[in-house]
Amino acid sequence: MKHNLWSKAAGLALTASLLLSSLSVTGFADGETEYDMEYYSQLAGKDVTINVYNWGEYISNGDDDSLDVNAEFEKLTGIRVNYTQFDTNESMYAKLKGGGTTYDIVFPSDYMVSRMIDEDMLEPLDFENIPNFQYISEKFRNPSYDPENRFSVPYTWGTVGLIYNYDMLGFDPDSWDIMWDPNYAKQILQFSNSKDAFAIALLRLGYSINTEEKFELDQAASLLKDQKPLVQAYVMDQIFDKMQGNEAAIAPYYAGDAINMMAVNDSLRFVIPKEGTNLFFDAVCIPKIKSDTEESRLRKLASEMYINFLNEPEIAAANIEYIQYSTPNDAAKALLDEEIQNNPVIYPSDESLEKAEVYVNLSPETNLYLDELWTQIMSAEAGYNYWSMPVFLLGALALSIGITVMKRNRRRKRDQFSYDNNHNTF
Amino acid sequence: MRKSKWFSSLYVWLVMVFLYAPIAVLIIFSFNDSKSRNTWTGFTLRWYQELFHDRVIIQSFVVMMVVAIISSIIATILGTLAAIGLSKMNKKLKSIVMTFTYLPMINPEIITGVALMLLFIYLKMEFGMQTLIVAHITFNVPYVILNVLPKLKQMDRNTYDAALDLGCNSFTAFTKVVIPEIMPGIVSGFLMALTYSMDDFVISYFVSGASIQTLPVAIYSMTRRRVSPKINALSTIMFAVVLLVLLVYNLAGSRVEKTGRRKQGGDR
Repeated sequence: MKHNLWSKAAGLALTASLLLSSLSVTGFADGETEYDMEYYSQLAGKDVTINVYNWGEYISNGDDDSLDVNAEFEKLTGIRVNYTQFDTNESMYAKLKGGGTTYDIVFPSDYMVSRMIDEDMLEPLDFENIPNFQYISEKFRNPSYDPENRFSVPYTWGTVGLIYNYDMLGFDPDSWDIMWDPNYAKQILQFSNSKDAFAIALLRLGYSINTEEKFELDQAASLLKDQKPLVQAYVMDQIFDKMQGNEAAIAPYYAGDAINMMAVNDSLRFVIPKEGTNLFFDAVCIPKIKSDTEESRLRKLASEMYINFLNEPEIAAANIEYIQYSTPNDAAKALLDEEIQNNPVIYPSDESLEKAEVYVNLSPETNLYLDELWTQIMSAEAGYNYWSMPVFLLGALALSIGITVMKRNRRRKRDQFSYDNNHNTF
Repeated sequence: MRKSKWFSSLYVWLVMVFLYAPIAVLIIFSFNDSKSRNTWTGFTLRWYQELFHDRVIIQSFVVMMVVAIISSIIATILGTLAAIGLSKMNKKLKSIVMTFTYLPMINPEIITGVALMLLFIYLKMEFGMQTLIVAHITFNVPYVILNVLPKLKQMDRNTYDAALDLGCNSFTAFTKVVIPEIMPGIVSGFLMALTYSMDDFVISYFVSGASIQTLPVAIYSMTRRRVSPKINALSTIMFAVVLLVLLVYNLAGSRVEKTGRRKQGGDR
């Protein structure tokens, strides 16, 4: 029922925006690119500033004569953009949760979107101000992490797959099993982030990557422990250099990044294993607006204009060319090179995505349990035990007392020979 | 005898290699034609060109410099005054205050960072330039105190009294006698504060706000995708500038020393 209502509203918004855009004067901002000037000049001269918080290296920024999206937006609208970056969903979440800061635009991933919706941290978007939502592919509307599509507009998506060096393996693997094959001991790389590493183990066991069953998680953990002696390194972006330099044969990573590596090293190939994989989204959202003032209303409009701008086909295409992940924006996809559009690594067929699962928000208990398991896996050989901390503290205390006593003794001895040491106390 | 000399110079060179090899690699790969960090594909100046077009990197660099300079100037003033006050305290009070001075230095940075973040939230301060500067002053002051204090200890107390006898009031005696005497300590304290402030990642990470970030925070955020070689280029430029400044400073210093010695010799 609600869904119906929503699609009706969206339809209305769409027709309204179409009407509007057909009425309005379209301007030429950049010689070739055509923007709806009436829409984008709404806030010109009003001195509005928005704070954008995005992943590092996640927007086209003028490298290699690409488009500098933020500069372009500022030029077009007169809105100032403060652009800062984060490294993980969790650190972004902590920053927002901590307070003391006002962000106008954030880019959380799928499960983080639903967590933030659950915790009332996101502001519903006014899609009338985001007419370019029309370009978002039907497949990617009303996603599982935002079922009514009220809070987010997808920005990029991608899959996790297996990157392997064909020359070193001599065949094409099709299963996550290869990451546990002792023949390739010390040739295997694994994610250093617990979420993705657990997902691979769970997929291999045939479980859902979103399982909350302790039993299943325990099994995955012991699988990851078994894998440890075979793993050359737990890494994130070092995967690039290791795979490109033939230092490792097998690594899981994101499809868009695999394309980069394959461009450098011809023997690298990419496969989505038959057990399925993780399908991920990074979306654009507006954090909850705390006060309702004239300024906050202007800023929200400016933020929605920014989201709309990111979905201008040319802009979205420029971003996706820079990021190299997959775009949910159909009009932007059509602007990409034919070769990229038909590349099964970046735009896999619907069948291969059939078994792909999107992360959802897990309960805090499960998250905690996962952290605990991960710490155990990582410190399995370190021989960590709960007594080491108090013993260490006691040792440090004993040492400091010992030093003080020794010093005092020495001073007493010295004082026996010379009575005046307090001369130079300026 | 000769053998041991040969051995010790070898040892010095080994230490040098150990210290500078990472920087050398960084500099070499800032000229690499691909984004790779282990295979050399050709010479290019592309990263240097792109560096200056990259708004995010340039802005965070500027923020880092502004925060470092302002915070170390304020920390130097505060720290110098604190050191002078400390040097006149009685022993017990001094040791208590010194313990508190050491605390921010030996405290793990992450604790200082979280504590400052909580404090700023409690005080309802908007995160941004002001919180960054306050936080940096906090951890910079001890370095200044520790650099100035020994200079005060070395100073002959009588020079100050002599200045008073010769007609200075306490303020002019302070500015004309005490300050020049402890100047080397102040300068090295300032430089140390500047270095630590530019280096700092952990504390800045917690107290930077929605509108600005420092360079280390910006670099860290790139680790999901890939740290851009532009960072190598920027680091190379910074290294070159620092090296140049140090060379000029040391050369000028040694020249002053030489002429100073000559003058002294002439007087005799």
